[in-house]
Amino acid sequence: MFGRLWRKFALLFGRGRFRSELDEEMAFHRAQMEAELVEDGVSRDEARYAARRRFGNATRLREQSHDAIGFRFETVLQDLRFAMRQLRRSPGFAITAVVILALGMGVSVAIFGFVDKALLEPLPYAQPNRLLDVTENSAGWPRANLSRADYEDWKRENTTLSSLDAYGGEGYLLRMGSTTEPVPAARVSDGFFSTLGVKPMLGRGFLPGEDQPGKPKIVILSYGTWLTRFGGRRDVIGQSVGLSGDSYTIVGVLPRSFEFAPRRDSEFWVPLLDKNSCEQRRSCHNLYGIGRLRDGVSIEAARADMKRIAAQLAAQYPASNKGQGAAVQPLYELIVGDVRPILLTLLSGTALLFLIASVNVASLLLVRSESRRREIAVRGALGATPARLIRQFVTEGILLAAAGCAGGLMFGGWLMELLSRLVPKPMLSHLPFLGDVTMNTHVLLFAVAIVLFAAVLLAFTPVLRLTGMDLQDALGEGGRTSAGRFWQRLGANLVVVEISIAVVLLAGAGLIGRSFYNLLHVETGFDTSHLATVNVMAPNSDYSKNNQLVALYREIDRRLSALPGVQAVGLATDLPLQCNCDTDWIRIEGKPFHGEHNEVNSRDVSPGYLAALKAKLVRGRMLTGQDDASHPHVIVINEALAKKYFPGEDPIGKRLGSGDLAPDSMRTIVGVIANVREGGLDQDVWPSEYEAIYRTSDTEFSIAVRTAQDEKAILPSIDSTLRGIDPNLGIYGEQTMQQQMDSSEAALLHQFAAWLVGGFAAMALVLGVVGLYGVVAYSVSRRTREIGVRMALGAQRSAVYSLVMRQACWLTVTGLAIGMVCSIGASELMRKLLFGVAAWDVPTLASVVFVLGCASIAASFLPARRAASVNPTDALRAE
Amino acid sequence: MTGKPDLLPGTLDMLILKTLARAPMHGYGIALSIKRFSDDVLTVEEGSLYPALQRLLVQGWVKGEWKTTETGRRARYYTLTAAGRKQLNIELTQFDRMITAIGRVLRDPQEA
Repeated sequence: MFGRLWRKFALLFGRGRFRSELDEEMAFHRAQMEAELVEDGVSRDEARYAARRRFGNATRLREQSHDAIGFRFETVLQDLRFAMRQLRRSPGFAITAVVILALGMGVSVAIFGFVDKALLEPLPYAQPNRLLDVTENSAGWPRANLSRADYEDWKRENTTLSSLDAYGGEGYLLRMGSTTEPVPAARVSDGFFSTLGVKPMLGRGFLPGEDQPGKPKIVILSYGTWLTRFGGRRDVIGQSVGLSGDSYTIVGVLPRSFEFAPRRDSEFWVPLLDKNSCEQRRSCHNLYGIGRLRDGVSIEAARADMKRIAAQLAAQYPASNKGQGAAVQPLYELIVGDVRPILLTLLSGTALLFLIASVNVASLLLVRSESRRREIAVRGALGATPARLIRQFVTEGILLAAAGCAGGLMFGGWLMELLSRLVPKPMLSHLPFLGDVTMNTHVLLFAVAIVLFAAVLLAFTPVLRLTGMDLQDALGEGGRTSAGRFWQRLGANLVVVEISIAVVLLAGAGLIGRSFYNLLHVETGFDTSHLATVNVMAPNSDYSKNNQLVALYREIDRRLSALPGVQAVGLATDLPLQCNCDTDWIRIEGKPFHGEHNEVNSRDVSPGYLAALKAKLVRGRMLTGQDDASHPHVIVINEALAKKYFPGEDPIGKRLGSGDLAPDSMRTIVGVIANVREGGLDQDVWPSEYEAIYRTSDTEFSIAVRTAQDEKAILPSIDSTLRGIDPNLGIYGEQTMQQQMDSSEAALLHQFAAWLVGGFAAMALVLGVVGLYGVVAYSVSRRTREIGVRMALGAQRSAVYSLVMRQACWLTVTGLAIGMVCSIGASELMRKLLFGVAAWDVPTLASVVFVLGCASIAASFLPARRAASVNPTDALRAE
Repeated sequence: MTGKPDLLPGTLDMLILKTLARAPMHGYGIALSIKRFSDDVLTVEEGSLYPALQRLLVQGWVKGEWKTTETGRRARYYTLTAAGRKQLNIELTQFDRMITAIGRVLRDPQEA
């Protein structure tokens, strides 16, 4: 066995000697035959010919001998060398093909990198697929917060989770030295980090029971906070830090790799500790739960378990828990659920783009195989077997695919870097790992898979063509009619595929683009221009009393209104376009009530707020400076609330209150405003009520400032004015309303998708049109002679035009029709991404048809003109 | 050349080995020898002879040596190796078994 291999190698390296020896041997053979014939009395010349004849094709013989002993890959190398020579000889074709493939492949690889990171890579926790997002739900809230009392019951009662923990967002005023700064933080239950399977890199985690009310105030730092605010010193453990006036002892620092997307910005992690005003009520929901499934327990079982406990609690505490169910989903779902439709849309887009690129190169190859028919025929006549010829094409296809792949990987790597930087911030804060997408094994495997696909397509398109070819037919000058038609049909079919794909991508891009536009131009119910906003956190210790806060509100209102260029100032607990949150359950006086939760947005606003937003008053009056704690409790509602709870009635003067109509909760409606969109741009308008902030008071509030000129320019003076009022105020999120809209999650996601899909569509358009041009131009060049004859027989130039254009139109129309049907199907699939536009949006589809149609006509006009300008005599003489 | 029966498939290697078992020979000599021994019935096509010889060389069943012929030209003489002899025996046995089997099939039953 080894001997044989050795001998094969010896032959491989001594190929020159092998060949000369074989030649000599065969020459000797011929000479002997010749001598024998001469002995038999044949003339010397004749003998030589006879011997040659009998001996046959020496080259072929040599190849056969070589085949018998050589390695398979030797011929593969030969094919490869030949293929390279072929490609070098037509660099235009080779470069075009490789560039097209590299583009298609690069885009696919890059987008796959993101999909892989977001959808395939596990979360950075121990056994992440056993982690659950555990929350309450109710009508209208598929995922609602968990109240602390409910959380404690769920934790105690459940039998399906090995641990259940809670977390909630919190903001603190961090005092370091003489400066005060608002910082994002999180309050978590004692087992939060151990449930995730995360250990602090410094110090310790929270111990069981350390989250109970009355326990010492301790805090764990995020890695970034430790590095930037505490200089990365290892002796921070045991030191204290001032958060909103309380002193917390640092017990640990989280590792650098720690990410918790739902509370990603948190700098400080504090145990739940004392119950805040919300947590003292079972009906107030401010936390979320994470649970870890017990071994062998399914998520369905856990969901049923939680629902059972929720039902039990609803029966036990109907006032607070009626209608409160349980929602359980994988934690993974919570984190990537939002971006999945976008990423899958993008991935499908790249798949289509890659398909169109491959088809384009395949049709280029077809054209080439047509012009290489004679070469193939000659090789066949010289003894190349069909298998060997096919192998040649397969080799060329693989070579092209490999070159395209190499280019594609480089391009893809670059694109990944570029896209990582382009990922919108809110998406990044949600999915931090999208910031560092790189080539990894998954991506490389994916690249290999698509290269194989491309190689198969590229290799077998010409082979398909080859098998339909008759050798003798091809050798002769003729044979163009039958084979020509075959090619035309295959090539034309490919072009139809390309055009249909281009339609799908263009329509997709158009629809997403329109959604993006609709989103930015959605009816907000207020004037979004010339509006500067800022958020304020007043330290609890200095503003614990209502009158202190009201004085602060009035002072802010007065001082900001005095700034030059300021037209109006308003204060509110939440600015518009933030969220449908901070809700209240209401009950209308005098209407049937069965304990249902009538959930409405509840906003505490200053008298000037709604006017500053330029909200439209529909009925009654706005709130005034008189509406404070010493006057009757009044509210303004929006039209949505009026429509839902007072259909066909005049709500002015009606009263509403809490579920039990407690006297101190009763308030009278004095005005109705047109809906101001409180939730995100892509969310529904909810019923909302506006109360006077002078009555309720909150240490966290936002300010909206209406300006005459550039609203951006006034942000610094707002800042300094507020600091002038009280240097201990925490001030953050200074931005204009327009900036806030443009950078809202919904807008950015749509923008991101619109840009990328638009890019794909542009490439698809170019590729499709180039493909069409290729087919038409090729068919014109094949028919030059026919056109010459027609013209010699008196055909007008217009007739020649219509001859060519008819073919192009037929292809275009077929492609458009197929594409249209497919794109309506495709748009249905990405309906989650569409906003305010139907999948069969006529203007979009019409413009796609128009753009593609025009481009196609332009592309086929060039060859048509060439055909029409054919000189009949030249054309007839040409062959 | 027409009208002559083709070699049974797979027998060429055996014939070459057998021929070389009698004496070392060059390619032409092998072709000639097979032709003579078969009374001109079997003709080895040159097209198959040389690839076959290469195959046998690689298998290590024959080895080649360049020598000068009586006419003074250089020619490659092939010699059977020990492995080749063993292979020849194997092929002969198989061939015998095959011929006997074919014979049994062809024989009429009453003669048996």
